[in-house]
Amino acid sequence: MLYQSFLIKYAEIGTKGKNRYLFEDALMKQIRHALKEVDGGFAVTKEFGRIYVEARGEYDYEDAIEALQRVFGIAWICPMFQIEDKDFENLKKEAVDYIDRVYPDKNLTFKVDARRADKKYPVTSEQMNRELGEAVLTAFPQMKVDVHRPQVMLHVEVRNMVNIYSQMIPGPGGMPVGTNGKAMLLLSGGIDSPVAGYMVAKRGVKIEAVYFHAPPYTSERARQKVVDLAALVSRYSGPIKLHVVNFTDIQLYIYEQCPHEELTIIMRRYMMRIAEMIGKESECLALVTGESIGQVASQTVQSLAATNEVCTMPVFRPVIGFDKQEIVDISEKIGTYETSIEPYEDCCTIFVAKHPVTKPNVKVIRRSEEKLAEKIDDMVKTAVETREIVMCS
Amino acid sequence: MEAYFDNSATTRVFDSVKEIVIKTMTEDYGNAASKHKKGVEAERYIREARSIIAKSLKVQEKEIVFTSGGSESNNMALIGGAMANRRRGRHIISTNVEHSSVYNTLEFLRDQGFEITYLPVDGQGHISLSQLRESLRQETILVSVMYVNNEVGSVEPVEEIAKIIKGYQPEILFHVDGIQAYGKYEIRPKRQGIDLLSVSGHKLHGPKGVGFLYIHEKAKVKPLIYGGGQQKGMRSGTENVPGVAGLGAAVQEIYKNHRDKTDYLYGLKDYFIERIREVEGCVVNSQPGRDSAPQIVSVSFEGIRSEVLLHALEDKGIYVSSGSACSSNHPGISGTLKGIGVKPELLDATLRFSFGLFNKKEEIDYAIQVLKELLPMLRRFRRG
Repeated sequence: MLYQSFLIKYAEIGTKGKNRYLFEDALMKQIRHALKEVDGGFAVTKEFGRIYVEARGEYDYEDAIEALQRVFGIAWICPMFQIEDKDFENLKKEAVDYIDRVYPDKNLTFKVDARRADKKYPVTSEQMNRELGEAVLTAFPQMKVDVHRPQVMLHVEVRNMVNIYSQMIPGPGGMPVGTNGKAMLLLSGGIDSPVAGYMVAKRGVKIEAVYFHAPPYTSERARQKVVDLAALVSRYSGPIKLHVVNFTDIQLYIYEQCPHEELTIIMRRYMMRIAEMIGKESECLALVTGESIGQVASQTVQSLAATNEVCTMPVFRPVIGFDKQEIVDISEKIGTYETSIEPYEDCCTIFVAKHPVTKPNVKVIRRSEEKLAEKIDDMVKTAVETREIVMCS
Repeated sequence: MEAYFDNSATTRVFDSVKEIVIKTMTEDYGNAASKHKKGVEAERYIREARSIIAKSLKVQEKEIVFTSGGSESNNMALIGGAMANRRRGRHIISTNVEHSSVYNTLEFLRDQGFEITYLPVDGQGHISLSQLRESLRQETILVSVMYVNNEVGSVEPVEEIAKIIKGYQPEILFHVDGIQAYGKYEIRPKRQGIDLLSVSGHKLHGPKGVGFLYIHEKAKVKPLIYGGGQQKGMRSGTENVPGVAGLGAAVQEIYKNHRDKTDYLYGLKDYFIERIREVEGCVVNSQPGRDSAPQIVSVSFEGIRSEVLLHALEDKGIYVSSGSACSSNHPGISGTLKGIGVKPELLDATLRFSFGLFNKKEEIDYAIQVLKELLPMLRRFRRG
């Protein structure tokens, strides 16, 4: 195994002042969680401004990188050599050894970028740059120094130990999940809502999800598809608690009592209400949907306003300004696309009118909803109480 | 109560099948090609199954090739038959009600330069013999017709078809997809003029992943799978001993007192058709009695989408399928229902009830009662 340890660089959380340790601890927790899936044991530790991952013995390098690339908050993953013996003569040997092992073909330009966080270290950064560079040039005469655009930027950081690295693998960016509260995602079986969940989780928000199941109009496979999608998103967001709400009775009641072309809007208003009720129980502070302006009749600005007004929680719509193809691109990147396009009907389409309202008037909708007064509160209560909870990870 | 009425999708295995499968997986688990005793023991199961199957069809043992199931058998018959006979011509005749494992294979052959004629069916699901006669040509090398239609249970006049083909040109291969027929009928390839017969194990209370193709000794068919030369080179790959042994056991059991068994299935079918007439707004697309298969009844339910009814029945422990289970994910294919003249608005409102030897009359009573309760509720809510 070439590398035994990794330097994890994070961007935004470095700026969070006194709360910094909270962010670092959350990031470490997420890293540990992600690495559980990888063969081998890992120690995750921190030092000021740095997080280290160290493999204990044999491990799978590709799997480890892939897992780390799913941890929000990581800006860069740098495979490194970590040296305990800080003696400068030894460091020269280690730098040469690093180049020798990492770059079999020595026809390269390079530059040394040395820093000492440990200001008591007897050699200054300038001196280190110069002398380490000389040592490398002496060992490999075919290498050349290029201070402007080197092919290899050899970083040498003197801290409690010395970190030597030159490769930087991009992480997913964002902030560690768990540092920004919790939100309730309305998860359908489509392409958009898993992407919306991913994007909110990327900003450090923990996600729970609610799915509206309408048997016998939607099938067991449709439900399984949503569980699978939640599990795929959880690879990034951490485990997702999925609330499966049986929505059939409410849907049929609306169908019977209200004008048909308003069915979808009214249905969605009840979905938002139920999502908010469950969200409050689970201490969520916001709702998340995969809506994008104008994509379908229920996502015109008028329709969005009509569904939005039933909620008191903020509703996040991270893909609101995206075209379909842009959403598809993200879903392919995060691996939910293939599952999203499985052909099972969801409850939004089963009774859809041929010409649903596209510019609902909120007053008209409210008046239609009055026709539900007799039973709807009990039905909503039952739907919330009888929901089934599935842990997806 | 549970009522499994999806026996044309797959069946529960007989206990005798379960036992022999376990035995060949845990005790006599040898490779039938091995030279040692363990291998010889395993080979004995294959021989035994081959002998049972050959007897059931009154054919020779060497004419049976074991496969991974119905789809492979159909692929082997069509691709293998076409490849071996392409010098004689490149024209193939089939029907537009075939299973997708025939249809898609023929479409593959079309891409390879073969020409395919698909014959339509009449209201009973039968092809027209005169149309068949007119479609035959000098270049015709293969005719493929299913024995029992998997969606409605109609039975093609196999013998008459064979007579027409062989009367025109004895060298034309006649392939019969017998996947829904074997185990229900006493099939006699030699007498009926069948050159190639596809069979699947799990439709007759045998295991999944195993089936066979009967190949008349004079019929030329190229293998699809090459390798270690098992089954006289016709189908390489380590023999699926548990599967084949299980298939043999299923065939043995199903053809024991066979008349009683088919009588039992006909009894269930006719009882079901009689009782379903009590249910309002149903159209039975299958024929009662002995002119169609004993196990399949297709019913259309006015004003209800088949998938919704399927899931509503599932919730009550009643399992059926919409169209054919194999093709339910690509609804374009049901030429059968269209072909037999089911009204367009009922095409998406049709379920298949298929019976097996484990079904009981009481299960039918239960299903009828559930249907009577469900249908009015489901009909109140229709799509846009």
